[in-house]
Amino acid sequence: MCGIVGLYFKKKKLHNQLGRYLSGMLDNMSSRGPDSAGFAIYNNDSKKIFKYSLCIDDKLIAKNFEIDVKKKFKDVNIKNLSDHYILQTSSPPRTIIPFIKQFYESILIVGYGKSIEIFKQVGNPKEIVKKFNLQSFSGSHGIGHTRMATESAITIDGSHPYSTGEDECLVHNGSLSNHNNLRRELIKKGKTFDSFNDTEVAAGYISNNLSKNKSLDKTLKNCLTNLDGFYTFIAGTNKGFAVLRDEIACKPAVIAENNDYVAVASEFQAMAHLPNVNNAKIYEPEPGVIYTWGK
Amino acid sequence: MGKIEILDFKKNNLRKINSSLQNINHKNNKRDFVIKNPAGEHAICAGLKEEMAVTIKGHVGYYCGGMNQKANICIEGNAGTGLGENMMSGTIHVKGNTSQSAGATAHGGNIIIDGDASSRCGISMKGVDIIVKGSVGHMSAFMAQAGTLMICGDAGEALGDSIYETVIYLAGKPKSLGVDCIEKKVTKNDLKKIENLIKIGNIKKLKPHDFKKFGSARKLYNFNIDNVSEY
Repeated sequence: MCGIVGLYFKKKKLHNQLGRYLSGMLDNMSSRGPDSAGFAIYNNDSKKIFKYSLCIDDKLIAKNFEIDVKKKFKDVNIKNLSDHYILQTSSPPRTIIPFIKQFYESILIVGYGKSIEIFKQVGNPKEIVKKFNLQSFSGSHGIGHTRMATESAITIDGSHPYSTGEDECLVHNGSLSNHNNLRRELIKKGKTFDSFNDTEVAAGYISNNLSKNKSLDKTLKNCLTNLDGFYTFIAGTNKGFAVLRDEIACKPAVIAENNDYVAVASEFQAMAHLPNVNNAKIYEPEPGVIYTWGK
Repeated sequence: MGKIEILDFKKNNLRKINSSLQNINHKNNKRDFVIKNPAGEHAICAGLKEEMAVTIKGHVGYYCGGMNQKANICIEGNAGTGLGENMMSGTIHVKGNTSQSAGATAHGGNIIIDGDASSRCGISMKGVDIIVKGSVGHMSAFMAQAGTLMICGDAGEALGDSIYETVIYLAGKPKSLGVDCIEKKVTKNDLKKIENLIKIGNIKKLKPHDFKKFGSARKLYNFNIDNVSEY
């Protein structure tokens, strides 16, 4: 099953409402995915500072890491929410990521970029939303997922959103059948994976395409030929997000759009609390058609 | 006729609202209802068994009016997956669009959709008459067994795939026809049926002659080695 949600604001004055509305959307989708949940928030705060979303489940390791990272890197700032730590620094991924991978193997790098912050956890989405205090977040757009696990374990690294590139993320409702083959191909090309999950492979596939300077639109078109299985995707970048359903389209999606926002969700229920939604243009994305919104 | 009773999702939960509609109070015999704030809830008006009129003010979720018998349900909004699934009789009128599998396996009654219906509309239908004033998505009337699917707009890919004895009347164009679905000659009897459906659906812009008829070529009924590639 799984529930996916996305919210993009067309007006800046609404940015401080993102967390509030997105948490309502995730709450309402907990019926579709009670095993784990996660969300990605895009907030274009800075042009120079990178944000690294890290999951550290051991407080002692987190403490040591904080001391260590502040010693080695300049202007480091760490924000802690539950077991997630947002490391902010001007140091680029090519220095930070090898450092974490070499000295702190147990730390999961959930995502990184100049805009994105990602949080995910195992458990009931309603609780998770509270733990991370999603209500208080602001941003230009956000993507969320509630998971009913089918093909890989209920763990944090089996939870969505998946981020496999700078400021990129993917949530997925469905299942892929050729992910093992595709994973092997991508590993040969130098991609690394943290889990056995199918969606991580799709995210890796999208990142691999984007890194070759292909547009998001072109990349998603390639998904239609190279990904086998069922899916409704919401793929996020720092500019906005895109929606794609496979051509059989048995995984649901509904879009509500007005002058203020674009909301995407697995079910209308998830967006029933949004302001003036009953007067918004409400439609289902057509199978195999790419829909994008962004700056 | 009694006063209209208002059922509000802000004051009551789904189980209470459905149960009050499924167990009508025969003493005061109220049979006119308005449902407010449905907020996309699933299974609203599922399993109604008696004659009554229910108007739903807003968008509904999955399986609205499922298994309906005799009730007249009007949805002033969009409907989610499986609208009127396995309906036996009565009427469901949707003023907006519907998601996939509208009227799936429904045995009787009428479903009227003012907007578009998405994929698999009328899948495995068993006698219901479905009138779609807009277009339908892919695989509509898949394995449809009996009843009529009338489409005023266009149809998506593989219309009527593996169809049995359901009759499709289509005013627009199908993107493609499914396996064993063919165009058939519109007879006088068909024109009468279409005219009746036009009346039921209150369709203004189309006349019986505007519709083409599609149905089963009946070549998949029994196993035939020549058709092996079609299976």
